[in-house]
Amino acid sequence: MNAKKSDKLATGIIYGLVGIVVTILISLLGYILYNGVPDINWHFLTSEAQSFSAGGGVRDQLFNSLYLLILALIISFPIALGAGIYLSEYAKDNWITDIIRTSIEVLSSLPSVVVGLFGYLLLVIQLNLGFSILAGAIALTFFNLPLLTRNIEESLSSVPDLQREAGTSLGLSGWKTITKIILPMALPGILTGLILCSGRIFGEAAALIYTAGQSAPSVDYGNWNPFTETSFLNPMRPAETLAVHIWKVNTESVTPDAGVISSASSAVLIIVILIFNLGARYLGNKLFKKMTAAK
Amino acid sequence: MDDIQTRLQKSSRATRQDYFGKAICYSCIGLIILLVACILYFIASKGLATFTQNGVKFWNFLTQSDWKPGDVDKYGNPQVGALPMIVTSFSVTILAALLATPFAIGAAVFMTEIANKKGAKFLQPVIELLVGIPSVVYGFIGLSLIVPFIRGIFGGTGFGILSGTLVLFVMVLPTITSLSVDSLKSVPMHYCQASLALGATRWQTIYKVILKAAAPGLLTAVIFGMARAFGEALAVQMVIGNAVLMPKNLISPASTLTSKLTTEIGNTVMGTLPNNALWSLALVLLFMSLLFNLVVRFIGRRGNIKNER
Amino acid sequence: MKKKTIISSLLALGALMTIATGCSNSNASKSSSSEVSGKITAVGSTALQPLVEKAAGDFQKDNSKINITVQGGGSGTGLSQVQDGSVKIGNSDIFAEQKDGIDAKKLVDHKVAVVGMAPVVNKDAGVKNVTMDQLKQIFTGKITNWKDLGGKDEKITVVNRAEGSGTRATFESAVLNGEKAVKSQEQDSNGTVQKIVSTTPGAISYLAFSYINDKVEALSIDDVKPTDDNVSDNKWKIWSYEHMYTKGNPKDATEKFIKYMKSDDVQKKLVKDMGYISTNDMKVQKDAKGTVTDK
Repeated sequence: MNAKKSDKLATGIIYGLVGIVVTILISLLGYILYNGVPDINWHFLTSEAQSFSAGGGVRDQLFNSLYLLILALIISFPIALGAGIYLSEYAKDNWITDIIRTSIEVLSSLPSVVVGLFGYLLLVIQLNLGFSILAGAIALTFFNLPLLTRNIEESLSSVPDLQREAGTSLGLSGWKTITKIILPMALPGILTGLILCSGRIFGEAAALIYTAGQSAPSVDYGNWNPFTETSFLNPMRPAETLAVHIWKVNTESVTPDAGVISSASSAVLIIVILIFNLGARYLGNKLFKKMTAAK
Repeated sequence: MDDIQTRLQKSSRATRQDYFGKAICYSCIGLIILLVACILYFIASKGLATFTQNGVKFWNFLTQSDWKPGDVDKYGNPQVGALPMIVTSFSVTILAALLATPFAIGAAVFMTEIANKKGAKFLQPVIELLVGIPSVVYGFIGLSLIVPFIRGIFGGTGFGILSGTLVLFVMVLPTITSLSVDSLKSVPMHYCQASLALGATRWQTIYKVILKAAAPGLLTAVIFGMARAFGEALAVQMVIGNAVLMPKNLISPASTLTSKLTTEIGNTVMGTLPNNALWSLALVLLFMSLLFNLVVRFIGRRGNIKNER
Repeated sequence: MKKKTIISSLLALGALMTIATGCSNSNASKSSSSEVSGKITAVGSTALQPLVEKAAGDFQKDNSKINITVQGGGSGTGLSQVQDGSVKIGNSDIFAEQKDGIDAKKLVDHKVAVVGMAPVVNKDAGVKNVTMDQLKQIFTGKITNWKDLGGKDEKITVVNRAEGSGTRATFESAVLNGEKAVKSQEQDSNGTVQKIVSTTPGAISYLAFSYINDKVEALSIDDVKPTDDNVSDNKWKIWSYEHMYTKGNPKDATEKFIKYMKSDDVQKKLVKDMGYISTNDMKVQKDAKGTVTDK
């Protein structure tokens, strides 16, 4: 078999693989959306959940998911960024770095229920945060750090050394080179990490059951003071997210329309993630264009 | 004179910036290490209590197959044999990774090397969407589609390693694909250009240059995928049957470490043997993923061309 | 500069949260003079959670000074946390005496509802009534085909409940008479069990009454139908209490809330809505060892 033929064959195989992947993805998403979208209406999005009568909505859960996402990213992103910069720019290629890398990777294989229980004992009980959005956000940080750090490291090291040399030759300090040249260049890759991460935050249930809790007390959306108990911005209140709600509805709920709520919530979740992903990518691209010379 | 001297001897603004930046990065990585150490210590102290306080023999834990931590057998020993779960966790993870890797790398190669911009632009958000689907939803879809499908083809109940593998396959696909895309993208453009200039076909370039140069990154992608498969509980638990039985074949009900952990932990009382035994499972899980990690790294170290940025 | 902004905003957030916790604490202590106030956290049984959550919501309407958080986590978690004093109320499906590692003497039991459970099978099996002995033989693995019970020639797939769960303890003490159950599939939530039994031909498991619907077939035992009436005079043997445990006698807000849980408002309405049986309707009572006596 000559090179040309094998090229064609391999291309064919890759197309085949991609075709199968796309089919799986599309049919999965299609299945969820097809089952859920017809039941989504304004009432569903804007009313409170019901414990055991039909007709409940997901207003609070939806908001909690978004709020938790923001808090979790605010906490985990800077840490992961620092650690990623360390691993890609400062770390020497020796056994200590190897140990650090390995331990980060091992951390990512912990079952979420273990992270949840650890978070429960440490944050909820020891640090007295109670079942709260804050405790949930910190627990999610444990779980996001590995993937995010790794991703940032990878995207930083994919920036060609030429750029570093250029920065140094202009007389910039190493730190300025990193923050002003390397980071903006690596932005698209970092963004991917961030989006993957937010996907996991949206979809995580087991770790949150023990930290952010699985009840959504009604909150006052007109109260903008985060220090009061009833404010929707209060990070110390328990908060059931959409994923936890789906879990709860499927496992222990006696609402007659549990099936409908679950499929509609899944569809809502997917749509929200989609909007978030596209939005993040759009903003990221704008930022990328603004910060670099790329067109 | 003195003024100039002090100015020269003082570290410049750039140096101070450098120190500042370094300090931030070092403290971040320090924080992560501290966190890892905390969790490790926490799990180890709870997990080892089974052996130190409750007097379970470590060897029995690894090799016996009766799991009933609340009960004792006829010799008065607690029944904590984790072997079936270890075997199942191993097989599900490896099978899912083996199945997903070609698809994921194929898709990643497609997105970075073959497809035009539109194709890649379409595929990426779709793949990222999958990460955000809660595992419960995967579990229920598996229960209503995959389990009956397997039951129809192979008979039996449909619950088992095969169903678990298929569900996990879909769940780890996005993780492996996205990370693979990143590492393929980080292969310098001039490698590719040089290879094509030498007259190599596209496939030769991909196979002999790009995939090799990206090998460490691809391996990391697979490790993260396996880690996800390992740690996944809610979805697997619904389709694998969740029965502590030694798996006889791919379609007999079995149970993974995590699914057992998740089902039972809420029903146990902290500090008692049933609870400690579950933490021991978590400890085993950690060690196994460490093992996987080292093996994959070892394989990766051989036959990889030195990757310069 | 960006970095600095991130860090400073993070610091600000941290400070904010400390203040928030501080505030909420001082608020709670200040206002104790006028009416009963306080913060109650109830953790434990996921099956009992919806009832307590709903009751707590209604209760707070009249007692705005009392803040109640209801979370799941499982009976074991509930009992160990209330014993440690980390939470005020531990919800449990199981008597504290039945759990190793719990000192039942330190805890006070408040029975808030009765739950009946019934064996359910896939509709395919073609069996509607079994004797108690047959049921026992199915779950101990001695009968393995439905045709032995006059049903279809189909293998029996036993789906048990999670080891250590209240549901399983109740079922085993009523049915198995100390014999050990066959090794089989195990699931821990009513919703999942219902779904599995309804989709797997030949499957058998058991569910709380409120989760039994027309997708599964509830079995009669010795020609007694699984109904609330039959539970109340112990004709139907498989039932248990839903407990709320407190450490020592409840005080202040907790006392008031538990009194409310036992009041007619909850017992006559919410308990019924949930599909539970009110403790007031019971003609018999059961102790931790399973002995049933007339009330």
